[in-house]
Amino acid sequence: MIRFSKYIWLYALISALVLVPGIYSLVRWGLRPAIDFTGGTLVEVKSDTPPAGASVQKTGSGTYLVRLQDETASIAGEILREETVGPVLGKELLAKTVTAALFAIAAILAYVAYAFKNIKFGISAIVALVHDLLVVLGCFSLFGHFWGVEVDTLFVTAFLTTISFSVHDTIVVFDRIREKSKRGDGGSFEAITDQALTETMGRSLTNSFTIIFMLLALILLGGDTIRWFVIALLIGTISGTYSSPFVATPVLILWNRWEKSPRRRPAGEAGKK
Amino acid sequence: MFNNPRRVFILIIFLAIVMAFIDIPSSPGIHFSFLGLTVDKKFSTNLGLDLSGGSHLVLEADMKDIPQADRAAALDSARQVIERRVNFFGVSEPIVQTATTKNNFRIIVELPGISDVKQAIALIGQTAQLDFREFTDPDASVSAITTYADLMMMTKPVGLTGKDLKRATVTFDTTTGSPEVGLQFTSEGGKKFGDVTRRLVGKPLGIFLDDAPITIPVVKQEIIDGQAVINGTFTQDEAKNLALQLNAGALPVPVSVVEKSTVGATLGQTSVEKSVYAGSVGLVIVAIFMIAQYGWLGLLADMALVVYGLLTFAIFRSIPITLTLPGIAGFILSIGMAVDSNILIFERFKEEKRAGRPWKVAMELGFGKAWDSIRDANFTTLITCAILYNPGNWEFLPSSGMVRGFAVTLFIGVLASLFTGIIVTRTFVRVLYKEKT
Repeated sequence: MIRFSKYIWLYALISALVLVPGIYSLVRWGLRPAIDFTGGTLVEVKSDTPPAGASVQKTGSGTYLVRLQDETASIAGEILREETVGPVLGKELLAKTVTAALFAIAAILAYVAYAFKNIKFGISAIVALVHDLLVVLGCFSLFGHFWGVEVDTLFVTAFLTTISFSVHDTIVVFDRIREKSKRGDGGSFEAITDQALTETMGRSLTNSFTIIFMLLALILLGGDTIRWFVIALLIGTISGTYSSPFVATPVLILWNRWEKSPRRRPAGEAGKK
Repeated sequence: MFNNPRRVFILIIFLAIVMAFIDIPSSPGIHFSFLGLTVDKKFSTNLGLDLSGGSHLVLEADMKDIPQADRAAALDSARQVIERRVNFFGVSEPIVQTATTKNNFRIIVELPGISDVKQAIALIGQTAQLDFREFTDPDASVSAITTYADLMMMTKPVGLTGKDLKRATVTFDTTTGSPEVGLQFTSEGGKKFGDVTRRLVGKPLGIFLDDAPITIPVVKQEIIDGQAVINGTFTQDEAKNLALQLNAGALPVPVSVVEKSTVGATLGQTSVEKSVYAGSVGLVIVAIFMIAQYGWLGLLADMALVVYGLLTFAIFRSIPITLTLPGIAGFILSIGMAVDSNILIFERFKEEKRAGRPWKVAMELGFGKAWDSIRDANFTTLITCAILYNPGNWEFLPSSGMVRGFAVTLFIGVLASLFTGIIVTRTFVRVLYKEKT
């Protein structure tokens, strides 16, 4: 058995290393919204010479992505794809996405609290979930600032998938903790969680590897259109796997300690052990 | 019969063969008649516009001049008009549908294979106007060399347009039986028409659609009942076409394009090929990884995964689900989750064996105990999918095609993975797996 619960400070440090730059970037630079949200026109053309214009981006050999304010402007070359979104629709999509995310989180919280008959598990799972979402958002804020990566509808899809994956993984770990506590073996709560984490670690890693293989194949071999989408999924998957034992479980442990701490007990029981 | 694993095994193999039959690209479909029950079903893979190439348009209807109660009807008739125009355009399998929320009235148009979006919009978005015009010079003569432009110059509008037309139908002359086009005006239009015809008895009244004359009949008498017929020397088809065009001219609400996207056929083709290739490579790696990790059991899980793939794809083809790029991503993700069920079971199995139980007992325990985790974990994914799919079309949730495409494939994938992860793998293991004791 590995004494996972002894190194909570280390997990906090690792999470902070990723979260702090990400959150800083989110606050400082925000995300770079694609035309899905802002409205505008995006044209991808195949042409031997780069099209003239302010915002031209090379996407492959002989293909260029052009952003236009005025959709009537003509561009030379074979048009591979063209997208125009009105500004109203963009705002609407953003609001709807946030609502959908909040709904999903609330539904998951309710389900986890119900399945585990304990709100503590629900809240801890949500803390891990928020951690994962911040990691994904933070990374894309940094990508946006340094490489001009935009967040679009596909990113939203990846974001929402991270929600389900993160909780999926956390539940597997929690399920084991629940089972161990029910059986009443293993002594203290820390010992129970350590035991549960040791037992689920193999499964967590194996499972994440299979998903990571699939996603890596898509990143390296799949088309350009979905590359950043898959990267968002990959970050979500890695963070989702990491957060189950190293964020959700420590939160549960700390909560438990806090509940059992002497200050919380009625005065008469304070001295008893 | 389900208590006997061998029978279930044979059933699964049979199912897999049926699924494979549905999945082959040239599947002839299932056509048979049995006890009065006729099954006639064709299977095809529906590709979304982002994969097959084509144009996607979202039109917003401007309802500010339409009374609240009539808005839904107005939107629907606008949809019908647009559908007629699209069909006129000769697009194969177009989709024209309305999307209504409280304050937004939209029409979504999908045109597979049309990459010239400007032309498409010109066709759809034009408020093709029906216009009644009179000659500025009553004695003007129209000859064969008179062009449409000349005619426009020679005439002026009488103030009666497609907005005043309720509908046009094909009718037949009661005495000669030759086809005519019957016009029915709105009450206000009828009044205007009455005024115009009174003024123009014995004179020509031109009917123009999009600045081109359809016909220039001579007014015989004042018409006050809001009904009129255009009789010329029509064939029945011509009369039908004209009625169609006149109805099409009466687009009841102005529409504007709020979103449009076009994917060229080449890009779509490349996306499909790349995604399929990447998916296959990923699958092979996962399969090898499972064998490396769990040996013979891993191979059985891979076989279950093949059944999973056949099943899911067969469902996609039967419903049918329109596959989009995010949809394919959802499918691939669900493969990961299908493998996860097996991993959970096998890890449990290993643990129970380590605890000293005989392998057969350990295996059954593994399936039983892993079920709790599998159920809870997949249930949350199903919840998320349901919210993303937004089946109630609630306006505060996304209803974008991309997000939906993803949600629906992931949902079906997770359901199928519950089936294969539990029943198929379990049966394969029970029938094919032996360990020395």
